[in-house]
Amino acid sequence: MRIRTLAVGVLVGGLTLTTLTACGKEGTPSTPGAGDQGGSSAAALPSYPVATGVDLAGSPVFAKMKSAGALTVGAKDDQPGLGQKDPTTGKFGGFDIEIAKLVSAGLGFDPEKITFRTVDSGAREQTIANGDVNYYVGTYSITDKRKALVSFAGPYFVAGQDLLVRKDDSSITGKDTLKGKKVCSVTGSTPIQKVRSENLTEPGNIVEFQKYSQCVEKLLSKDVDAVTTDDAILKGYASQDPDNLKVVGQTFSTEKYGIGLNKDDKVLRDKVNEILQKALDDGTWQKIYDATLGKSGSAAKKPTLEKY
Amino acid sequence: MDVLFNNLDLFGPFFLRTIELFVLSAVGSLVWGTVLAMLRVSPVPVFRAVGTAYVTIARNTPLTLVFAFFVFAYPLLDIVKLDYFPAAVTALTVYTSAFICEVVRSGINTVPVGQAEAGRALGLTFGQILGQVVLPQALRSVVPPLISTLIALLKNTTIAAGFSVAEAGAIRSYLSERGENQLVGLLWVALGFIILVAVLSFVQRSLEKRWSVAR
Repeated sequence: MRIRTLAVGVLVGGLTLTTLTACGKEGTPSTPGAGDQGGSSAAALPSYPVATGVDLAGSPVFAKMKSAGALTVGAKDDQPGLGQKDPTTGKFGGFDIEIAKLVSAGLGFDPEKITFRTVDSGAREQTIANGDVNYYVGTYSITDKRKALVSFAGPYFVAGQDLLVRKDDSSITGKDTLKGKKVCSVTGSTPIQKVRSENLTEPGNIVEFQKYSQCVEKLLSKDVDAVTTDDAILKGYASQDPDNLKVVGQTFSTEKYGIGLNKDDKVLRDKVNEILQKALDDGTWQKIYDATLGKSGSAAKKPTLEKY
Repeated sequence: MDVLFNNLDLFGPFFLRTIELFVLSAVGSLVWGTVLAMLRVSPVPVFRAVGTAYVTIARNTPLTLVFAFFVFAYPLLDIVKLDYFPAAVTALTVYTSAFICEVVRSGINTVPVGQAEAGRALGLTFGQILGQVVLPQALRSVVPPLISTLIALLKNTTIAAGFSVAEAGAIRSYLSERGENQLVGLLWVALGFIILVAVLSFVQRSLEKRWSVAR
C-alpha cells in the first residue's frame, strides 16, 4: 500500500515537472520560423564545383585532410542565417556554413563529406591549435590578440555593430536615436557594454539576456525597442522574419570575420584566400549572401582580403 | 588586485544589486513561507491541499524555469506589468518560500502536542495557538536550517544575471569581454559572496545564542 502511494506520488511529481519543463521551453522559442532554412532558400544557393588535382606541398593540415579523405570544420550552431543547426535534421545551414563548403570544394573535397563540429567562442583557439578541426568558420573576428594564436584567411565578411528593430518602427535610425528606448543584447557582451559606456540610452533601459533569441522575442512582443550586436547576426534574425524585423543599417564598429586556421600553415592560408578571392570575383560570394543573410532585405559590402 | 580596482564600476553597483535582491526576496519568502506553513498544518483540508500543491510545484521546478516564466511567459498574460528587477524578486520569493515553508513546518513539528492541547484547554482559537504558542517556539528551533535556506537564496540570486538584472552573477561575462583574467575575476566574486555569507553566519550564531531553549 505504501509503495503504491509512493509510486503514484513519484509519477505525479514527475509529470508535473515534465509539463513545467515543456512550458518553460515553449515560453522561450529559439527563433520564429526557424524551420524555413532548407526548403525554398536551398534552391537559390549556388553549388560549388569540386576542384581536382589540388596539391598543397608543405601544408601539414592539408596532408591530414588528404589522408583522412574528409573534413572536420568548426562552426557555431546557434546563429540563424550564419551557422545554425536544424534541430530536426541535424544539418547545418547559413552564410558561414556555405563559406565553409565553398572552401572545402576549392580544396578538392566534396562539401557533402564535411563533418561540422560546434565550437564555442571560448574554445576556438585551442581547438584549432589541437588540430581537432581543419578550419573554423563562425563569426570569428580577426583581432591582433587572436593573430598571435591562430592564422586568419579572409575576411570573408565585414560586420559592424548595428540595431535590429521592428519593421514598422521608424523612430530608430542609428545609435544616436536610442535615447529613451529599451535596448537589448547578451549579458556583458561588448555591444551592450558600448551602449552602457557611451550612454547611448539610460541605464534603466538596458536589457540583458543569455541569448540573442530571447532579445528578439522581447523585441517582437514590444518589451524592448532594439536589439544590438554585429549586423551579420542581426541580419540572420531579420532574414527569418523579414515581415516584422529590419536591420537599421548604420553600423558603428567594424568586425572582420575570418576563417580560423592553424598558425603554422601559410600554404593553406594562401590557398583559402585564393578560393575566397575567386568567389568574390565570379559572383559566388554574392549568391551565397543573397540566399542567406540577404533575405533580410539589407545589402552587404564585399570585403577586401587581408593577405598578410 | 588590478582586476578588482580597474573594474570597481562593476563590482560596486553589481554587488549592491545582489544585496537588494537578497534582502527583498528574503523578507518576501520568510513572510510567504510562514503563511504556507500555517496552511499546511491548518485543520481545513482545502488549505492543506493548497499548501501541499504549492510546495510540490515550487520546490520541484528548477529556479531558471521559474525565472523564465516570470520574464517571458508572465508578461503575455497581461495582468500587472513587472519590470525585470521586481520579476526577479518575485521568482526568488516564489521559489524560496517553498523551502522556508518546509523548514518552518518541521519546526512546528518539534513543538509538543501538549502545548497546543493546553492552549485549546484555555479556550484559545487555532490562530492564537499557532501565532502565540506554537510558531514562536517553532522558529527558535529552526534557526540553522532557516539560515541555510537564506544562504542558498543569496547564491541563487546570481541566476538573475541571465534575466536582465545586473548583479554580481553578471560580473564574469563583463570581465571576459573586457579581456580581463576571468579566473582572478571569479575569485573576487567568490570572495564577495564569502563575505556576505559570513554576515549571515554571524546572524545565525547570535540568534542561536539568544534563542537557545533550555531543555
